Amino acid sequence: MKFGVLQFPGSCDERDAQLACARVPGAEAVLLWHGDRDLQDVDAIVVPGGFSYGDYLRVGAIARFSPVMESVIAFANDGGLVLGICNGFQVLCEAHLLPGALLPNTELRFTCRQVDLEVIQHDTPFTNLCATGDILSIPAKHQTGRYVAPDLPLSQVVLRYVSGNNFNGSQDDIAGVRNAAGNVFGLMPHPEHAVDPLTGSVDGLRIFESMAARVPV
Amino acid sequence: MSRSDAVALGLTEDEYDGIVQIIGRQPNAVELSMFSLMWSEHCSYKHSKKLLRTLPVEGPRLVLGPGENAGAVDIGEGWSVAFKVESHNHPSAVEPFQGAATGVGGILRDVFAIGARPIAVLDSLRFGEPTSERSRYLLEHAVAGIGHYGNSIGVANVGGEVYFEAPYEQNCLVNAMAIGLVRTEELIKSAAAGVGNQLVLFGAATGRDGIGGASVLASAELGDADASKRPTVQIGDPFEEKKLLECSLELLQRGLLVALQDLGAAGLTSSSSEMASKGEVGLEIDVRKVPLREADMEPFEIMVSESQERMLCVCTPERVAEVLAVCERWEVGGTVIGSITDTRHMHIFDDGVLVGDIPVEALVDDVPLYDLEPAAPDAPLYPAPVATISADQAGDPRSALIALLRSPNIASRKPLFEQYDCLVGSRTVRRPEQADAAVLLMPTGSAIAISIDGNGRRVASDPYRGAVEAVLECAANLACAGGEPLGLTNCLNFGNPEKPHIAWQLTEAIRGLGDACRALDVPVVGGNVSLYNEGGGGPIYPTPVVGMVGELPDPLHAGRTGFAREDDAIAVVGPFTPRLAGSELAKLRGDALPTQLPEIDVAAVRAAHEAIRGAVRAGRLSSAHDIAEGGLLTAVAESALLGGMGAVLELGESDVDALERLFGEGTGGFVVSGAPDALRALGEHVALDVIGTVGGDALDVTVAGESFVLRLDDARNAHAALGELFA
Repeated sequence: MKFGVLQFPGSCDERDAQLACARVPGAEAVLLWHGDRDLQDVDAIVVPGGFSYGDYLRVGAIARFSPVMESVIAFANDGGLVLGICNGFQVLCEAHLLPGALLPNTELRFTCRQVDLEVIQHDTPFTNLCATGDILSIPAKHQTGRYVAPDLPLSQVVLRYVSGNNFNGSQDDIAGVRNAAGNVFGLMPHPEHAVDPLTGSVDGLRIFESMAARVPV
Repeated sequence: MSRSDAVALGLTEDEYDGIVQIIGRQPNAVELSMFSLMWSEHCSYKHSKKLLRTLPVEGPRLVLGPGENAGAVDIGEGWSVAFKVESHNHPSAVEPFQGAATGVGGILRDVFAIGARPIAVLDSLRFGEPTSERSRYLLEHAVAGIGHYGNSIGVANVGGEVYFEAPYEQNCLVNAMAIGLVRTEELIKSAAAGVGNQLVLFGAATGRDGIGGASVLASAELGDADASKRPTVQIGDPFEEKKLLECSLELLQRGLLVALQDLGAAGLTSSSSEMASKGEVGLEIDVRKVPLREADMEPFEIMVSESQERMLCVCTPERVAEVLAVCERWEVGGTVIGSITDTRHMHIFDDGVLVGDIPVEALVDDVPLYDLEPAAPDAPLYPAPVATISADQAGDPRSALIALLRSPNIASRKPLFEQYDCLVGSRTVRRPEQADAAVLLMPTGSAIAISIDGNGRRVASDPYRGAVEAVLECAANLACAGGEPLGLTNCLNFGNPEKPHIAWQLTEAIRGLGDACRALDVPVVGGNVSLYNEGGGGPIYPTPVVGMVGELPDPLHAGRTGFAREDDAIAVVGPFTPRLAGSELAKLRGDALPTQLPEIDVAAVRAAHEAIRGAVRAGRLSSAHDIAEGGLLTAVAESALLGGMGAVLELGESDVDALERLFGEGTGGFVVSGAPDALRALGEHVALDVIGTVGGDALDVTVAGESFVLRLDDARNAHAALGELFA
């Protein structure tokens, strides 16, 4: 299993994502430079958190036009697994690989907080090692995480903030969504920061392990 | 240029005469502006250097001491931790968002300039009372600025402190400390070397921002017209710095550089002349080669601009193409602007025409150092704080506890630290409010503990003992997490040192810092001095801020502040003699500052730190918390709130007044919880008094036969008082 983690100028959590992927037994993870179109035969893509291109213009709006994203869009349209975390979620929405958009938090402030997420769907390539109803404790940290998607079918909601945890004001407490085909998934909280008991919870590791379980060895 | 020009740029007439004598003629505009920056207090430390030389700067784990961009200590297996604290006070008082943001940017550059990857930031903030609109404005924007820069660049903000006191009303303090991680063999110094080697400037283009920042703004008292100084404040761009950081580390990793230096205060002038001075060489710079934001900039403006996010490196001529290619890959402009010569002079050209010629030594080393004229004041320097609670409230333990938990200096810092990313980097073992110090995982498998501390009111009460307390407090926080200090950095924030009573505060505080460091065997690895912190309302409280890095072998046994297990015993530990004079409760009831603090038995306090540290590292304690502002009962309440468990306390008879026992302050005291056996074992090494048991959903306190109960929910509401400031 080979993960590819994108690296834009302004990415911040790409090494964290790489470390998280490498914790999956049998997996390796490589960084993919924003200016390269070659995806190096990876089995799955992670679009990491951070402030790609300084978040200038609009979050994720510039990164979506980078050369590597052309390849990622083709990879996704071909059924490849793509996980977008925080800024990566924003990029995937801008690239129309995921429905909806991320707006500034209701309180217009950056907030870093451990949040509880409820698994709404377990039969996805990203949550297949969870059970529906499981609660995952994962940190979230962002200023532009209020998810809005007026026409989103309920079937695409994968994770919800448990009541009292939706600090950004997302519509219907939606924390994570997939595309209609199910192979692209985005969320604002950071599963790559919940993979080591020393630094918090390990609930986020299940997302990466689920992806590995879906990829034939 | 004349004497009056020199005075307008912040130099004295005598200093101007000295310059004329050294270079043998009148300086021109370029030369005078370069001197005015390099000879400013901010760049030259001319009022503090003699005192700083008294601080201990050697230790077995020291890798890089004062004089480089940041200090560093050895953490084993070939790794070092770099760190430094710096102030950005006056810019923040004039424009808090950009001032605080660029303060973070500047200290991060200091750390990656020595080749270390920045992994954490801590900040130390001082504002006037939050009842003032100006203080709330400064607080909100400074915190937003720190968050904006640190979050965007992807460096975890893992801790800090904030105090609110009236003397900071006009002149707030914004100090930032950065921590970096580096392979010891890959540390790079800033000394330029190799005649013929090339000088490459990379990063942002140079503009007219920050002109005179180090001299006119940072090295003078703040006046009433501080809004007119806004153009001296730099504007930060964390995205540019993120690219600059990655570019710098890649240049170093590929072994392309001879030397590296960041551009901070006094811009190109200080970075280039300091590189030349350390390398004992000369430099040629052509200012027309510097990429500019505005084409018509004068040579002197280019030399002194403090535009942010720029670095200067030296490489051999053969490496220039590779260096520029790495810059291009990171979309960071790189330009050769000059070269190293053997002249020991700075030669400044404007499109090939010589416009400045100064001996390097004159600029960097010949600045006159001043002896201070300290004199202890014969009348109190600071008015008594305005009372905010009545004598009845202060005299009733339950009301006093609620007032303390609500007080801006003690209430939970959550509304601030939640605005910072404390996790990026995947190293954070203890986040804010989980332990008395932040704990970060190291690549060796061990961990470091970090804290930053400094209580200005205590130093104002007694500059010597207050400074000793600051060092002990910081070491105590490390001990509670299980950390043993390896090195210390300090930021000395004081008023105008040309005034005898400020000179006295500074002299006494540095004497205290030095004595405390020697007593703990902790070297000073570097730091920063910020003087002239006075507005219309008089000087700030003298505020030495101390940052420490310590090590703990096993991160699994990092300590915690909050109670963790029902039925654990609670004990007060250490050589603790609480006094209300100078305490937070004394402030709330409007007491004048005392004229001295009690004597401290530093050796006994050090022994207590060792005992606590040993017990934490062995995993024998459920919680450990240093007793600081608000005294014993506040410390118990904090452990209860952070652990979500109440406590039943029973303090027996004593000849000490109950209020003093509950809320008095001093050094050397800890509140710990653990199994009764574990506490008995700890008691064999250090004074220990079991005072109660963990459990329930309230603080149930009996002292000298009188009892009261405060429900945790009510305590939590009081402790959340700072949230109102960010509503």
